[in-house]
Amino acid sequence: MPIVINWLVQPLSYGFIQRGLIAAVLVGIVCAVVGTYVVLRGMAFFGDALAHTILPGVAVGYLVSGGAREPLFWWALGTAVAASLGIGAISKSGRIKEDTAIGIIFAGMFALGIAIISTVRSYAVDLSHFLFGDVLGVSARSLGMMAIFSGLVILVILAFYKEFLTISFDPVLAKTLRLPVSFLNNLLLVLIAITVAVAMQTVGVALMVAMLVTPAATASLLTKRLPYTMALAAAIAAFSGIVGLYASYYVGITSGAAIVLTATVIFAFVFLFAPRRGLLSKKVHKNRFIVE
Amino acid sequence: MYPHVHHQIDQPILDVSNLSVHYEGRSALDDITFHLNAGLRVAVVGPNGAGKSTLFKVVAGVLLSNSGTVRVYGSGPGGHVCIAYLPQRSQVDWSFPVSVTDVVMMGRIAKLGWLGFPRKKDWDFVHTSLETVGMDKHAKSQIGELSGGQQQRMFIARALAQEAELMLMDEPLTGLDSPSQEGLLTLLGDLQKKGVTVMVATHDLEQASQYFDRILLLNHRLIGFGRPNDVLTPDNLLQAYSGKLSSVNGKVLTDTCCEGDEDAHRH
Repeated sequence: MPIVINWLVQPLSYGFIQRGLIAAVLVGIVCAVVGTYVVLRGMAFFGDALAHTILPGVAVGYLVSGGAREPLFWWALGTAVAASLGIGAISKSGRIKEDTAIGIIFAGMFALGIAIISTVRSYAVDLSHFLFGDVLGVSARSLGMMAIFSGLVILVILAFYKEFLTISFDPVLAKTLRLPVSFLNNLLLVLIAITVAVAMQTVGVALMVAMLVTPAATASLLTKRLPYTMALAAAIAAFSGIVGLYASYYVGITSGAAIVLTATVIFAFVFLFAPRRGLLSKKVHKNRFIVE
Repeated sequence: MYPHVHHQIDQPILDVSNLSVHYEGRSALDDITFHLNAGLRVAVVGPNGAGKSTLFKVVAGVLLSNSGTVRVYGSGPGGHVCIAYLPQRSQVDWSFPVSVTDVVMMGRIAKLGWLGFPRKKDWDFVHTSLETVGMDKHAKSQIGELSGGQQQRMFIARALAQEAELMLMDEPLTGLDSPSQEGLLTLLGDLQKKGVTVMVATHDLEQASQYFDRILLLNHRLIGFGRPNDVLTPDNLLQAYSGKLSSVNGKVLTDTCCEGDEDAHRH
């Protein structure tokens, strides 16, 4: 037993690992709560695109601030909010299909970001931090920012719980109840944007979509009501963050990938064995049906 | 913060005049004029793509018309929260993680206001509505666990919780077995006793003439509106369907279309 405890506690003697753990849990929770709506509304592609679209903003911030990390949060936030509302407006214009529009903007902006970063000499290392995250490099100040904005996002989600639920489940009902549907839709886009900015340093833009959809999708296989889905998704994401960081420490794999892999393994397990909606339990039920 | 307009009681619950709607140059509704007094049950019939859903959405204030006016108790539908639109079942995501109670409570949120939480009065509304439609036993079920008839009853309960005075039901009978259809038609009678005005889009002309006070026969334009016997004349039916009817022993039973594909004509 003491060996296990020692095994768990020993990494915590490093300040950067403590901060990394807190960041991973925080990001996991906020991504999972917002991600529940991303999953329910079928916005996974939007979330992925939005994450990639912030790269040029982050790259410009990186050049302007001469390599400092803290200002990047603001650059990411600004770009994400602008991109989310921009994508929202373009998809509504109806001249080309929504996913095509998103695809064009997403790839174009991503390429612009890579182009900007490639003008710097230490290009490869910096780019990989943006793409795949660097949770062990989170400063105390960045952590404070992440905490404030995560709290803000979750507060808004709770405050407008019944409105977000209604516009997601039945937009026509929301309109007949005279809710400001497009305002609420845009508010949700902005919340996803803030979440992307908060999560950028932990998992990076390339793996962001996993944090948004994987824990939420896992939880949706196990729950029947939205508050439980959100709570379970948050728990799964926080757990993935912790397990992923320990795996990263002991096995020596990069942290963002370790976190996402943990969440993916949990999803796969639940997808196969979930009591009601799992693949195998469905098969068993089917066979039982045939036998009877 | 939610809009709330005063009802002018001396005005009809629904007054539609010269209403036209186009989608991408194609006419969905063409110069529709009729008015409806409170408390009646109206069957809206017509072939697929006749504009039934469009009419409902314009009346509900969800879709804007290109010309003409819709008045509900004397004012435009956009200010009213007393109009309920009950979606076609095929349009609903039944895997959504909500219980029957959650869905019915959604009908209350205009009354709750921003940052408002359900109070005892709201829970009472939800419980009574569920009892009225006979769904109190299923209050905690996830919506995907319900049968077709129960799903429809849940939406009626939601409309009751909304305190809706005008309910627009988009093909509630389609795809239900006949006991469920009977049950639902009986429930429509109960709603009438509560003073609720119902408009029901349906394909079953016999049910329409048997269970409804008025028939609105639609095929982009209004072909007839009035009592069943006056509207369902061979001449009118020929105009509306131009041969797309199935009949037995010379008696028209139903038109030949099915669920869902009306949407192909929208957007």
